[in-house]
Amino acid sequence: MASKAASTENTAMSANQAPKLNYLNNGHSLKSWLLTTDHKRIAMLYLISVTTFFFIGGFFAMLIRLELLTPQGDLMQADTYNKVFTMHGMTMVFFFLIPVVPAVLGNFLVPLMIGAKDLAFPRINLLSWYLYIIAGTLFLHCMLIGGVDTGWTFYTPYSTVGSNTNVIEAGLAVFIAGFSSIFTGLNFIVTIHRMRAPGLTWDRLPLFIWANYATSLIMILGTPVVAITIVLVAVERLFHLGIFDPALGGDPLLFQHLFWFYSHPAVYIMILPSMGVVSELITCFSRKRIFGYKFIALSSIAIAVIGFLVWAHHMFVAGISLYAAMIFSFLTFFVGVPSAVKVFNWTATLYKSSITYATPMLYAFGFIGLFTIGGLTGLFLATLGIDVHVTDTYFVVAHFHYVMVGGVLMGFLGGMHFWWPKISGRMYPEGWARLSALLVFVGFNLTFFPQFILGYVGMPRRYWQYPPEFQVLNVLSTAGASVLAVGYLLPMIYFLWSLKYGPIASDNPWNAAGLEWKTTSPPPTFNFDETPVVTWEAYNYDEIPDVPLEAPVAR
Amino acid sequence: MVEQQHEVEGDLTVEHEHTTHSQGFYLAIGAALLVLTATTVAAAFVNLGPFNPVIALLIATIKATLVIIFFMHVKGASEKLTGAIVVSGFFFLAILIALSLADYMTRSWR
Amino acid sequence: MPDSQMTTSQATTGSVTTMEHEAHNPALLHHFSDAQQQKNAASLGMWLFLVTEIMFFGGMFCAYLVYRLAHFNAFAAASQQLSIKMGAFNTAVLIVSSVTVVLAVKAAEVGKRKLLVGYLVVTVLLGLTFLVVKGFEYNEKFERHHVPGATFKFTDTFDDNGKQIPVNPKEAELFFSIYFVMTGMHALHMIIGCGLFSVLAILSWKGHYTPGYFTPIENAGLYWHLVDIIWIYLFPLLYLISRHS
Repeated sequence: MASKAASTENTAMSANQAPKLNYLNNGHSLKSWLLTTDHKRIAMLYLISVTTFFFIGGFFAMLIRLELLTPQGDLMQADTYNKVFTMHGMTMVFFFLIPVVPAVLGNFLVPLMIGAKDLAFPRINLLSWYLYIIAGTLFLHCMLIGGVDTGWTFYTPYSTVGSNTNVIEAGLAVFIAGFSSIFTGLNFIVTIHRMRAPGLTWDRLPLFIWANYATSLIMILGTPVVAITIVLVAVERLFHLGIFDPALGGDPLLFQHLFWFYSHPAVYIMILPSMGVVSELITCFSRKRIFGYKFIALSSIAIAVIGFLVWAHHMFVAGISLYAAMIFSFLTFFVGVPSAVKVFNWTATLYKSSITYATPMLYAFGFIGLFTIGGLTGLFLATLGIDVHVTDTYFVVAHFHYVMVGGVLMGFLGGMHFWWPKISGRMYPEGWARLSALLVFVGFNLTFFPQFILGYVGMPRRYWQYPPEFQVLNVLSTAGASVLAVGYLLPMIYFLWSLKYGPIASDNPWNAAGLEWKTTSPPPTFNFDETPVVTWEAYNYDEIPDVPLEAPVAR
Repeated sequence: MVEQQHEVEGDLTVEHEHTTHSQGFYLAIGAALLVLTATTVAAAFVNLGPFNPVIALLIATIKATLVIIFFMHVKGASEKLTGAIVVSGFFFLAILIALSLADYMTRSWR
Repeated sequence: MPDSQMTTSQATTGSVTTMEHEAHNPALLHHFSDAQQQKNAASLGMWLFLVTEIMFFGGMFCAYLVYRLAHFNAFAAASQQLSIKMGAFNTAVLIVSSVTVVLAVKAAEVGKRKLLVGYLVVTVLLGLTFLVVKGFEYNEKFERHHVPGATFKFTDTFDDNGKQIPVNPKEAELFFSIYFVMTGMHALHMIIGCGLFSVLAILSWKGHYTPGYFTPIENAGLYWHLVDIIWIYLFPLLYLISRHS
């Protein structure tokens, strides 16, 4: 009810004053968008493009779920199924999950949160979006001319001598998308080091900035390795050089080492920024200074570093030495420590706090739940003996969807709702938003929890058929996927709706801490009329009034 | 740290950190690099057993260090950040190689 | 990485006088508060880019090392088919070019325009010399059927202190695969470097750079030195395996 009152009041207010010049109304031509160097506009370009790829990847996901509705392979042939899950994986990993939070929310918020006018290299930022678009277009073309069937992991020797699909084109697309990601990371690190507002010291930085800093480290250190690895696969296909060719004494496992050196940390590229988002949400909606600021900040860096030490846990049964497997198993457990530090600190922040159940907070709770399940099952998989049992089963599929989809999307959607007033200058409809948060949470668990059981009782991944006794759980999973699809579609619809009909948002509708709330909604092109000077710690909620009554949230 | 107050007002001038050295110094480093190249070739033709690759990599590392410190001015750089970045680059490369070799060196069936 | 030293300084030297600077400086980009911040950002960005280059080549060095340990005899026999003379000559060329680059940076710093252009041109010529010599080497490999693929032939043996040990030609082919990928990728970086310095030479001639602003020269120099360092490692690793026998 409060929301309705607020909306009428706000519209009345906005009617008698001309809209302030902001980044959205500063030029309406296509050129002013496509040649922009404004980080906020580039973030919006990214938002549109990653959403497009999310729905393309989602389309393939629905094909997979439909095929698995019945035990027989009645919707498609095995070959087609191979292509479908490959393109689902590649689209989602390289064109959605990796860029989604850093390139959209990070791009929008990093300069705002540190009181800068823009990222350090605005033109490189735009270049990074164009590289993403070139890569995405190449990949779409690759899909249209028949796709690729190697699995998103490009494993050799199948990708070099086995597959007769468009491996090189897909590889090139991933290679270019990698450079897009490198440039984003490089930009963030330089910006965070060089462009902070006066007084904004490292121990006053928002945790979202710390998370993006750690993410950028992985982008810089890991992505080049996967780039060269894909180049090596491509030259092996093109010029018959034999880097990974067993016939020449090459080792296909070396490909896996190089590939996972990036692709395991890449999981942290996806999850770390979402963890940063959750830190912001938890502290704002519990109106309390975050518990253990330094530990959360440093745990991001720790996850980034330790993440580089664990990659061969993807290869336990691939034929690496037992000794190495033990080392990697042992090291993998250490990633659990900083992850647990985060979860414990979030829950400690919630303890005896004044919690508001606004939509962003619902997503934050969803994140904690799903990430905890995903993370704990990760410890199962890190254990050598259990991993032998469940490798390449749906247990693994469920595990990484809980982390990568459950974690990342919960963080992303939570962040989108939280910062939507800043991004668009409008409020979203709270009722619908809560419904969609509920649908996502229920749909997600219904989709993927049965897969843990399926995997544990032996259903292998990447098969288009299965024995009839697995059908009940597969039907549950497909039903859940349908609920999930509605949950994902709803926000897109009401966000678009709110652009025109949403109540006008105030500069700081949540009474949140953080520099991004100290400028107007939406912010002007150069973010701040006056460079802010920071004299306070992050999350000083004890000095900020409660969530205002006008905010469309029930208490 | 660099003091920005020295900046000349209204001119795109940066107060110099004076990190560059004299021309003679650069030529001397260049000469040292050439001598080290000759040394590494000469050392390759002497049988040192397992130490041949060790010597070769040691000389290469000395040469690389000379280039990084003096030609790329890491030593004279105004802050430690540059050095930290270089070190972390090589550190993560070392992780890649060391942990990969942890597998290859311990495969009992080879 | 965040050290407290830079934190405090950043905090104190933050930007309040932005507007006046912008008014005077068309070359200062709008979002930086002053030229020093702009220069520091560009330099940090370049160093981070160099780290990505280290990791990019690092993947290949890792592959090299793994295979060298697994197939040492074949790697030694194949390595001995490379021309030490050309390899050493090219190493020297690159070292001299690194000296000319650093002298170019110095010339830019003291504002000697013609000297700067001269050093840049010499650097490009040295880079091209390297590439031409590399071309001759590749050509020799083609003639001797040492290029991996259907026509690959390898009949040499590993000479272990007078004892001739036959090697598996397939494994020698693996060596040449690595050789071509690594040197080819390095040569690609050389070509990019030559193009970069050619553009910079023209811009320097037109007087784009002053003692107060020569960041592009410095950063291109950093890139060139890194490419040099990579070759410093490639030379002994590829050309000098077990040459004593």
